[in-house]
Formats: sequence, C-alpha cells, structure tokens
Amino acid sequence: MMGLDRDRLVELVQVVVRNPLRAFLSALGVGWGLFMIIITVGAARGLENGVKADMGNDVSNSMFAWTMSTSLPYKGYQRGRYVEMDIDDVRWIQANTQHLDLVCPEVQLGGYRGTNNVTRGKQSGAFDVHGAIAEYPQVKPMNITEGRFLNEGDLAGERKVCVIGSRVKDILFEMGEEPLGETVQIQGVIFRVVGVYTPKGNDEDAQNEAESIYIPFSTFSKAFNTRGRVGWLSMLIRDGVDAEEAEEATKQLIKARLSIHPDDPRAIGAWSMAEEFQKAELLFSGMRLISLLFGSLALLAGVIGITNIMLISIKERTKELGIRRSLGATPVRILQQIIGETLFLTLLAGLCGLVLGVGLLEAVDGFIEDGVDAGVFRHPEIDFGTIMTVLCILLGMSIFAGVLPALRALAIKPVEALRSEG
Amino acid sequence: MLALRGIEKSYPLAGGSLPVLKGIDLNIVQGEMVAIMGSSGSGKSTLLNVLGLLDGFDSGGYDLDGVDMAGLSEKQAARYRSQFLGFVFQSFNLISFKTALENVALPLFYQKVPRRERQKRAMEMLGKMGMDDRADHLPSELSGGQKQRVAIARALITSPRVILADEPTGALDSTTSSEVMEVLREVNASGITVIIVTHEADIAAQCDRTIRLHDGVIIEDGKSGEVVEPTARGARSQD
Ligand SMILES: Nc1ncnc2c1ncn2[C@@H]1O[C@H](COP(=O)(O)OP(=O)(O)OP(=O)(O)O)[C@@H](O)[C@H]1O
Ligand SMILES: [Mg+2]
Repeated sequence: MMGLDRDRLVELVQVVVRNPLRAFLSALGVGWGLFMIIITVGAARGLENGVKADMGNDVSNSMFAWTMSTSLPYKGYQRGRYVEMDIDDVRWIQANTQHLDLVCPEVQLGGYRGTNNVTRGKQSGAFDVHGAIAEYPQVKPMNITEGRFLNEGDLAGERKVCVIGSRVKDILFEMGEEPLGETVQIQGVIFRVVGVYTPKGNDEDAQNEAESIYIPFSTFSKAFNTRGRVGWLSMLIRDGVDAEEAEEATKQLIKARLSIHPDDPRAIGAWSMAEEFQKAELLFSGMRLISLLFGSLALLAGVIGITNIMLISIKERTKELGIRRSLGATPVRILQQIIGETLFLTLLAGLCGLVLGVGLLEAVDGFIEDGVDAGVFRHPEIDFGTIMTVLCILLGMSIFAGVLPALRALAIKPVEALRSEG
Repeated sequence: MLALRGIEKSYPLAGGSLPVLKGIDLNIVQGEMVAIMGSSGSGKSTLLNVLGLLDGFDSGGYDLDGVDMAGLSEKQAARYRSQFLGFVFQSFNLISFKTALENVALPLFYQKVPRRERQKRAMEMLGKMGMDDRADHLPSELSGGQKQRVAIARALITSPRVILADEPTGALDSTTSSEVMEVLREVNASGITVIIVTHEADIAAQCDRTIRLHDGVIIEDGKSGEVVEPTARGARSQD
C-alpha cells in the first residue's frame, strides 16, 4: 500500500517533530498499553516457569493408587469393607497391566509425625519409614549423595539396610560423621545405613522427603509383621498411553483383583501427575489469555487516544490538507498520509513500550538470577511468538485508529479546506 | 482550452439557497492572460474554484481541454488538477513546516516523480524565480513577495496548461506586486494560460483580457484597455 519513499518518512517525522509534546502524550497511552501486555504476559510466564520448575521434580508420567473402604456391596461382600492390597496383588497387577511400565509397592510405618521411632545412641527422631523396592527412584527421583539406593539383593535377602534422607542424617549423626556402615534403630530393629539422599526441589514436599527413611519392602514386611500389606502403589504410565485412560484401567484392574464392584467410586483412590500437569497447563494458558486480553484493552484505550489526537490534528491541519489537494493529491494519497501518520505514531509508541517492557522483564530476571528471593516466581520472559502476536494486534489497531481520522479528512471538500483558517 | 456554458451555482443557506453564479458563459483559449474583476462578493473566487475543479457546480457545462468536467470523481478531479492546473493564492498557502524546496517539490510527489528528479526540478524552478538561494528557508523566513514566488514556482513545477491565481498580489505592496505580475507575464509568455482574480485595475491592465463579474453574472468581457477604466471606477466607488 505504501511505497517507502524517503520523503514520506520525512513527512512522518515532521508531524512528530512539529508537535513533540502532543506526539508524546498520544504515544503515552499506546506505549503504556503495550508495556502492560509485555509485563503481565511476562509475569504470568514467570509464575508458570516457577510452578513448573517445582513440578519438574516429579516424574510427569507417574501415577499413584491406594485402597479405601468400599461403597457398594459386591460378590457377597458388604459395603464399607476396608480393602487391603498385598504384594501378591501387586505382582498380579504388574503381570496383567497393559498401561503401566512399573508398579512399585510402598508401605509406611506408623502414622504421620508420630512419636520418635528412630534412634541412634542418644539421638532420636520421628521419621517416615517406607518399605520400597529398588526401582522406586524411577517414580520419585532423588539425589544419592552418599552410598547407594536399595538394590535387588537387599530385597531378595530381606537385608536390614536403610537409605536415609539428608535431614535424618543431620539429626542422628554428628557433623562430619560418616553415616555409611553405621546402624540406626527403627522401632527397635537395627538397620545398617547404605545410602544418603537429598530430595529434588525445595518445596514443602521435598522437606518431608528429606526426613524419610527407605528400607527394603520385604524386610519391612517381616520386621514389622505387616505380612506383605501394601500401603499404596507408585507407578509409571507406559509411554504414549493417555493418563486418564491408564488411571481408569488400573483402577478396574485393582477392583477386579480385589473383588470390588466395578462401579464403586470410592474404594480405589488414584492420582496422576500428567492430569495435574494438564490442569496446570490449562490454568496457565488461561492466565496468558487473560493478560493478553487486559493488555489489549489497555492498548485499545491508547489507540482510541491516538484516534482522538489525530482527529484534532486533522481539524487543525484542514488548510494544509486543502493545499495538498489543490496540488493534486488524490483522496487515496491523503488516506495513505493520515493512516501512515497514525501508524507511525502508534508503532513508535508501541515499540517504546515493548522495549521498556522487555527491558524490565530482563532486569527482574537478572535480579532473580542473582539470588533475590521471588517465591515461586522464576525466569519471567516473553517469547518471540507472543511479541509477534502483540505487534500484529498493534498494527491492526493502529490501522483501525487511522481510518476514522482519514475518512474525516476526506469528507472535507478541497474548497472548504482551503477556505479554513490555519 | 476552458469553456463554461451556463454555469450556475448556489450555496445552501439556513433558509434556502444563495445563488452565487447565475449562468456564466465563458471561453478562454490556450495562452490567454485573463483578469477577473468585480466587487466583493460578486462570485470571483467561486468562479475560479469551479474553473480549478476545487468546487463543483449545480448546472451548466464545463469543458477543460475538450473534456466534459461534469460529475467528476474526486480522484479524477485530483488528476486534472495535477496535470492541467496550477494555483496561486492571495495568502500564498505554502505549507508552513516545509522548506521552500519541499513546497515546490510537493506537486511532483503527488505525481509520483522519483525523489531525485523532484529535487532537481524544484531547484531549477526556484532558480527561474530567482529564489534558489532561499531553497532551505521555511515560509516564515521569507518576505511576502518571496513567498509568492515560491508559490508560483510550486504552481509551475508540473508544467500546467493553466495558472489560476486568486488575488495573487492582494497581500503585497505595489513594488512587489509589479514584480509578481512581471513573473506571471513571463509565465504567460511561455504559452501558459493565466487567469487572475483581482481588485486592482492596474493588475487587470497588465492582462490581455478582462472579465467583469457582477452579482454572479458577467457584465463585461473585453480587451483589458476597454474594460479596465469603467471597472476601476466601479470598484473604487464601491470600496
Ligand atoms: N461556503 C460558502 N457558503 C455560503 N456562502 C458562500 C460560501 N462561499 C462563498 N459564499 C458567498 O458567495 C458569494 C460569492 O463569494 P466569493 O468568495 O466568490 O466572492 P468574491 O467575488 O471572491 O469576493 P471577494 O472579492 O471578497 O473575494 C458571497 O456572497 C459569499 O458570501
Ligand atoms: Mg475572493
């Protein structure tokens, strides 16, 4: 539509330079609008990055299931039966599932935060004691800082060995003391420490994790006389299998094995990371959309401001436009000029807002990188695609902003324009 | 070149309409230098605007270079203005934030002439007007006579066939006026039709032909020497 001629640019610059204060004021609204978009979208992204970083400690295809009491009678059983799962059930599930790669039985000692259950000499503490299998870290990743995690030999041999969390080590051992090979007493039973781990992440979950102890499932069963009872299952969904589908199928499998009515809504509980991810993803795309929407409204207000200024400017420059038409300017050329001026002003303002907004985001990002605590807020950013979208919105709006003033300019007949003062 | 047949035009007013041109018949041939005189409000500017395609008319016919101008679109009118016509105004109508050179080059910009050539031709034209040393001046930095020279340069830059001037000397003192008239006579000598609206008898006297308007009709039309005297008297008596 507009060949880019140097004189056209000169014309545009002249418009701005001739009335710099007005240009600045009209530009302010649009600049502010764009600034707001960048900041809100960037902040939403920062929140998303923070939350995702925390979630990143969890394996995205992990799933958990546990038993509760039934709510429907089935096969001669009354409703309200408390269902239990044991290690044989787990083996059967492992053998019969088509949706899972890994099924880890897990069992925990006592209730939460009970009395001190673990001692070493004079030190003691209340820790969560888990019975687990060697593959467990695949579902719940951890950093082994000393020694190793439980292995097949520990399980097969029902060895009295344990892997302790870093907090457990801090509480039971002196500073600088080497825990590997030392023993601790768990409810009176002596276990040898073979490894120390730190949990991944630094949220509340991770704090609890650091105060946990892992012992072989087989040993747990025997030492604490739980007869193979399983507290819950930690599983990995097979690649490419839909999380929701895997969850439902696994529930049905467990129900079939434990004689639970297939329609019983309560007996089996399950939770999968992927679904959680999906929910979060939905939330964040909602947030992105809202910030884009509100930013666009701010931008629209700015653009309306520019339309206003252009209308005033047209009124003041009626004479000039009349002169131009007497010199042979066709209506199209006038249209191009007015829309061009609007576009120039809007884009200039928009770019300023853009640069400032991105600059601020970068600065905040820099502060956070430098270790300023920002809670879950992490690495605020705006991607190129979003910037492009915003610029397209801006472009569309500025053409829109120019149309009304341009039509107004064309509605004035050349004679009238020439007759006007100015 | 220009032919008006029974042109009528009225302006809408609150309580009806005000007839301004009441049947104008006029023929102007290529190369003529014509003065339009008449008392204030007689319709001179209106007539010139109709001739210049800046304004329309209610009835009658207008042929420019043999082409009927009735019912012209804005775009077509702009084309004819650009190709055939150049305007000179009493108040110069230079664009205030553009230099003399930029003002003179502007019509070429609308003819889509390349920038380099625009600049070259505008500079040449300013040279012909003796204004090349003021090329970079803004209108506010020029005297009235200089402004009008720049305006004439701008009107001539597209090599128009007709120059339409509405009281080109109206804002100038007598010495400057005669200089500007000298320029316009040279323009006419190069074969361009010049039509000047004026109040001043001595300006009209420098034209070949004088037309006298009264209340929207042509009451006299003849060689300048013959028309000027009574008109000058008439104009004076009315001032
Ligand atoms: N836009 C308009 N609306 C209404 N009436 C108008 C308009 N323009 C001009 N007129 C009227 O038309 C008549 C002729 O105006 P015009 O400008 O042609 O006069 P003129 O001969 O050029 O006068 P002057 O010598 O004062 O310039 C005047 O009575 C004027 O009031
Ligand atoms: Mg007039």
